[in-house]
Amino acid sequence: MDLGAANFKDNVGKALADDKLQNAMTETGPRFIYKRTKAREALPEFDQLRDQARDIKDHVLDHLDIYLETYEAKVKATGGYVHWAETPDDARAAVLDICRKANARMVTKGKSMISEEIDLNQHLEANGITPVETDLGEYIIQLRNERPSHIIAPAVHLTRDQVEADFRRVHTHLDPKRDLTEIPALVEEARAVLRQKYLTADVGITGANFLIAETGTSIIVTNEGNGDLTQTLPKVHIVLASIEKLVPTLEDATTILRVLARSATGQDFSNYTTFSTGGRRPGDPDGPVEYHVILLDNGRTNVLGTEFQDMLRCIRCGACLNHCPVYNAVGGHAYGWVYPGPIGSVVTPALIGIENAKHLPNASTFCGRCEEVCPMRIPIPKMLRHWREKEFERHLQPTSMRWGLGLWAWMAKRPKLYRKATALAARVLANQAFGKGRLKKVPLASGWTEFRDMPAPQGKTFHQLWKERRS
Amino acid sequence: MPENSPRVGLFVTCLVDMFRPSVGFAAVKLLEDAGCTVEVPEAQTCCGQPAYNSGDTASARAIALNVIAAFKGYDYVVAPSGSCGGMMVKHYPELFEPGSTDHEEALDLSRRTHELTSFLTRVLKVEKVVAQFPARATYHDSCSGLRELGIRNEPRKLLASVEGVSLREMTDSEVCCGFGGTFCVKYPGISDKMLEKKLRHIEATGADTLIAGDLGCLMNMAGKLKRVGSAIKVRHVAEVLAGDYGTPPIAEAE
Repeated sequence: MDLGAANFKDNVGKALADDKLQNAMTETGPRFIYKRTKAREALPEFDQLRDQARDIKDHVLDHLDIYLETYEAKVKATGGYVHWAETPDDARAAVLDICRKANARMVTKGKSMISEEIDLNQHLEANGITPVETDLGEYIIQLRNERPSHIIAPAVHLTRDQVEADFRRVHTHLDPKRDLTEIPALVEEARAVLRQKYLTADVGITGANFLIAETGTSIIVTNEGNGDLTQTLPKVHIVLASIEKLVPTLEDATTILRVLARSATGQDFSNYTTFSTGGRRPGDPDGPVEYHVILLDNGRTNVLGTEFQDMLRCIRCGACLNHCPVYNAVGGHAYGWVYPGPIGSVVTPALIGIENAKHLPNASTFCGRCEEVCPMRIPIPKMLRHWREKEFERHLQPTSMRWGLGLWAWMAKRPKLYRKATALAARVLANQAFGKGRLKKVPLASGWTEFRDMPAPQGKTFHQLWKERRS
Repeated sequence: MPENSPRVGLFVTCLVDMFRPSVGFAAVKLLEDAGCTVEVPEAQTCCGQPAYNSGDTASARAIALNVIAAFKGYDYVVAPSGSCGGMMVKHYPELFEPGSTDHEEALDLSRRTHELTSFLTRVLKVEKVVAQFPARATYHDSCSGLRELGIRNEPRKLLASVEGVSLREMTDSEVCCGFGGTFCVKYPGISDKMLEKKLRHIEATGADTLIAGDLGCLMNMAGKLKRVGSAIKVRHVAEVLAGDYGTPPIAEAE
């Protein structure tokens, strides 16, 4: 596991200086927001659906053990296999075992964040199996050996030029003089390259947007149709899912589906919503012979019953990323692990430890836009604040900040002393400004004055003046 | 003052107290013009938000108890800030165990507390102010006021009644300016990137004055505008509503 999340500050510095990244982020950010707004406006009951969606997941999380058992029994009854994976190691081992039994040399993959969470591709490659990502964005970042920078748009940090360069670098069997200036040409080329892979793959691996307890069904939503080809053409289909993907019924899944695509891309529905229940049955014209589900915990059960439980309602739509001014300023890679953006800053500390992700909960202005757009009504700022409480308890914050805030809080609890200190500070700073109304530099405040002037105090404090004027 | 005039405790806010008392006096004028009796409890310091948002819940609790005690008995508590207002209205009750006396008192304070423009319009039903202020202005919605207290139309409605003010909306007026309390000094680079975007939207309106309801955001935006040499003047909404154009704008020379 790489712990880039600990290097948030360095990552941010690089991201802010990366012009290509900045261009890519400026182009796409507003588009997502506009589309979601339109989709929401077109559905009057949208906010009621959000309440229902939240309630469904809350119910599941409160009874997760029961639904997991029900789900497992149903999958088995439909001829499928369920593999419980407590850790990423367990999950990787389970995938490898299935692939080996199928004598797999190549696997195709639909988009799966769990695959990222368990670093599956590296593990397969190390064991002589070639993973091929079939989602266009994932395919691009696989060529670049990068992590996704967005939960649903993994290559959103790249410009068209960069993708063209990658295709020319890797697709050396194609005519070097071919025209790739338009995006459709890039899509067509990726499709043509991938088509053969679908047919030769021995195993297809997908994620799951939902697991349905009453039927043992897994659901994926995609826009490219790559997921369907990935899971129906090879002999073996492996579903990678974390345990909180469960919903009780098909009806519940459809309720949440109504807020998923609208929140994610602003579509009423994704282009493909595919339900898989077991493998090929006698008489079925197609479908995998074997159907496996790997259920990953990776720390999620530790979150159940804590002040962080609400994070498990997340359906990975990415709306909080799209609307986050911090995410839009630095892109997803700065967050340093699998899940970027506001929800990533909540989830990552839970999965890799707060000591390895200290900055993430702090890198928020608490502007509240994430919570405002979350289809599952996850109180993200509140969760981030809870992480800050943990950091405070465990003395994980920088010493200077602890001392500064500690001193300030000590004063704030002593009004008389506070009055004197603020009056003194106001006078000193006002004098330093020499009537200009602002300061270019202030001792101990370089964080402020690096990029902006410090407006100077007017002179006396309000409390001083109030006393003078009203006495 | 009439006998039945509402007794308002002004929560000055720590930034207004130290940096810009003129905002506090503008708030007092607006409240008194609207028929309130305004008092300023001496025991107030800060709402405790810096501690709360840094994970120091114990300090936040202690400061909250101090504020609760200082503002006991007032009909209303009014702050020229959606951020401090949001802290007192939304977060104080979260600091205490439900069912406890402290929680009851926090809820009681929460019910009596309002941000200035929303107090004037929602509670006192003020439709307009009598003031003059020459400004081709644009309004930035501060996050806490907007999302915690639902303040959007209130300042605009009152500003529309000020003689000489014309309002032009900026793109993304509801997107954070990059202040975020200690965020802006902990992550100055990100804060600056957010500010740059905000400045582009402000400048694109052609406004000569930027108005908002929170001094933190205003100091952040004014500091950047002045650093890049912009002539755009920055004002707290209370100053504009009170017609106080004599006081130099934020970060401007006397």
